[in-house]
Amino acid sequence: MGYKYLAKQDIKELFDKVSKIGDVFAPVKKGVEVVWSEVQDVSKVLFDFKNTSLSPKGLFFPQTECMFEFKNNPRAEDGFILKEVPPLEKNRVILNIRPCDARAFSILDKVFMRDEDSLDVYWKDKRDKTTLIGLACNNPASTCFCTQVGSSPFGEQGLDVLMIDLGDKYLLKPITDKGKDILDGFNDASDEDVKKIDELKQNAENKIKTRLSMDNILSREILEVYENPYWDRLHETCLNCGACTFYCPTCHCFDIQDETKGEYGRRVRNWDTCMSWLFTQHASGHNPRGTKKHRVRQRFMHKFKYMPIKLDGDIGCVGCGRCILVCPVNIDVRDVVNNLNK
Amino acid sequence: MLAEYTKQLRDAAKRLLKDKKVDCVLGYRKGTIPLVDAPYFAYTEEDCDNLIWSSFCTKNLANFLIKRQDKVAVVAQGCVSRSIVGLINENQVKRENVYILGIWSPGMVDRWKVYEKVGGREIVEAEEDGDKIIVKGDGFEETINKKEVLRQNCLTCIHRNAVLYDEFIGEKGEETGGGDIDQVAAPWEKLSIDERWEKFKDTFKECIRCYACRNACPLCYCAECFVDESRPQWCGKTQDEADIYTFHILRAFHCAGRCVDCGACESACPMGIKMRVLTSKIEKDIRQMYNYVPGMEIGATPPLSVYRPDDPEEFITP
Repeated sequence: MGYKYLAKQDIKELFDKVSKIGDVFAPVKKGVEVVWSEVQDVSKVLFDFKNTSLSPKGLFFPQTECMFEFKNNPRAEDGFILKEVPPLEKNRVILNIRPCDARAFSILDKVFMRDEDSLDVYWKDKRDKTTLIGLACNNPASTCFCTQVGSSPFGEQGLDVLMIDLGDKYLLKPITDKGKDILDGFNDASDEDVKKIDELKQNAENKIKTRLSMDNILSREILEVYENPYWDRLHETCLNCGACTFYCPTCHCFDIQDETKGEYGRRVRNWDTCMSWLFTQHASGHNPRGTKKHRVRQRFMHKFKYMPIKLDGDIGCVGCGRCILVCPVNIDVRDVVNNLNK
Repeated sequence: MLAEYTKQLRDAAKRLLKDKKVDCVLGYRKGTIPLVDAPYFAYTEEDCDNLIWSSFCTKNLANFLIKRQDKVAVVAQGCVSRSIVGLINENQVKRENVYILGIWSPGMVDRWKVYEKVGGREIVEAEEDGDKIIVKGDGFEETINKKEVLRQNCLTCIHRNAVLYDEFIGEKGEETGGGDIDQVAAPWEKLSIDERWEKFKDTFKECIRCYACRNACPLCYCAECFVDESRPQWCGKTQDEADIYTFHILRAFHCAGRCVDCGACESACPMGIKMRVLTSKIEKDIRQMYNYVPGMEIGATPPLSVYRPDDPEEFITP
């Protein structure tokens, strides 16, 4: 199946079709921000925006997620027996996800679904039941740098369908079987329109001015990067808050807690952050990452050194630029990578 | 005007490093994105050319002095100098270890107010020109009256010049931002209890518990914050309302009588939450009930840290 065609005034056709698949989530305007929300009405959906404030990571990996429930009474017959929480009831469609975010989740699949023995059932359930319809970026933000980390504003990795804005119409490219099912019945795009894509893509890529070099980081021994004197300066102004990690679409660490109230108990996982001292605190009192320097170094080492080693070369950054926008002290990942690569 | 402060700041910083009076100079450098200038440590005379003074210096540099062993020269406007006084009084900073480069604050910009001015469009460049802020983006350029986008705490500030310093950079300026703190400090007071609760919930509903507010605060230096304690665990880790509210309410009370209203918490928040609506009410109460303003005097004791047999207690047992 080749490219399909959809006039902008007919966008409701696509929306109605995907609404039949399940709940639809899309970027909407909220004050000065663009946020993810479930939508029933296509007129609420944004088609012209840079990217969302928080990534859609929470749709697959909620900040707080119940894993099991149990009766908090050791004497009860079913006391302390863990009960599974039900899986997602309905399928879902994520509309207008940016290529960088979709790619982030396909990288995270390698973490959460690497093999059958260590399958993260919560992640897998939501991934299996969700269709991703991407919207290519004609106008990347000034903080975007997807082209520097192996992708493109028109990247397809992780998407089921890629939509390309051609001004008065969208071209729709089916990428997976799920995507083909959705586009079945739409009109084929003209050759003339399809030819415009390359130029649009080139224009979008040219708008990304950031240049990153990480060849040395990737080729050097781990310890050489780890002991780079640059870390001695970088960590000084870091607040060790978790803003960068919570906004990052590829940060995926969590903390598991048991909570009880009366006879009710649940096991719940919450986003955690390697920026916090508590993240690595041992019960003995020892902390292997006892200083701010250890923690700042960990975040960047994990993304740009450890993940590529563990995940077949994939680095843990998709160039969305959110951490640059939210860091209270302006620690800019672009500068960090380039300085570390020297 | 601020360019002149920047020049004098660089000169002073270079002199201090050259004369080995200090080991480093803590100030601000230009940010890599608009409206956010960044805390910066200058160790060499060459580094000093990166130092700047602008209306985008929204953090509290006193925060970075805690636990440092070396001698640091620090750029401090009114609120930051008051935070340093507080930290000296609370034995977190040694007076002899800091060299305070006092400075006048022009009032710092609330970037969220600027975002509102341009309707959330992406700003790729921002510069200031006197009392104007000029922002540019894809296909637009807008000139904004700086007073309209000042942080609320800067608007109602009455101590813009450093109160404690070893050397003052440039001329002292206006002490006040022009706003009346008592008019805006406690928006809660006019509301009924039910309305307060609704307003409170609305204020904190977007919190993602990244703790940027806490970590940006020079008062939050506890070795182990109550939200991090696990034996016993006072506060849950989830996004449940109770956990989020517990964090914000307790943090505000821990700051009572110590908070100098520097606004670093709000400026650090990635979600744009205005948590000063809690602390500013407490600041007002401390000022009016105890006749105490924190950070003004070395040796002063925060009122909630002392027991006095002759406390009037009128407002406790009416």
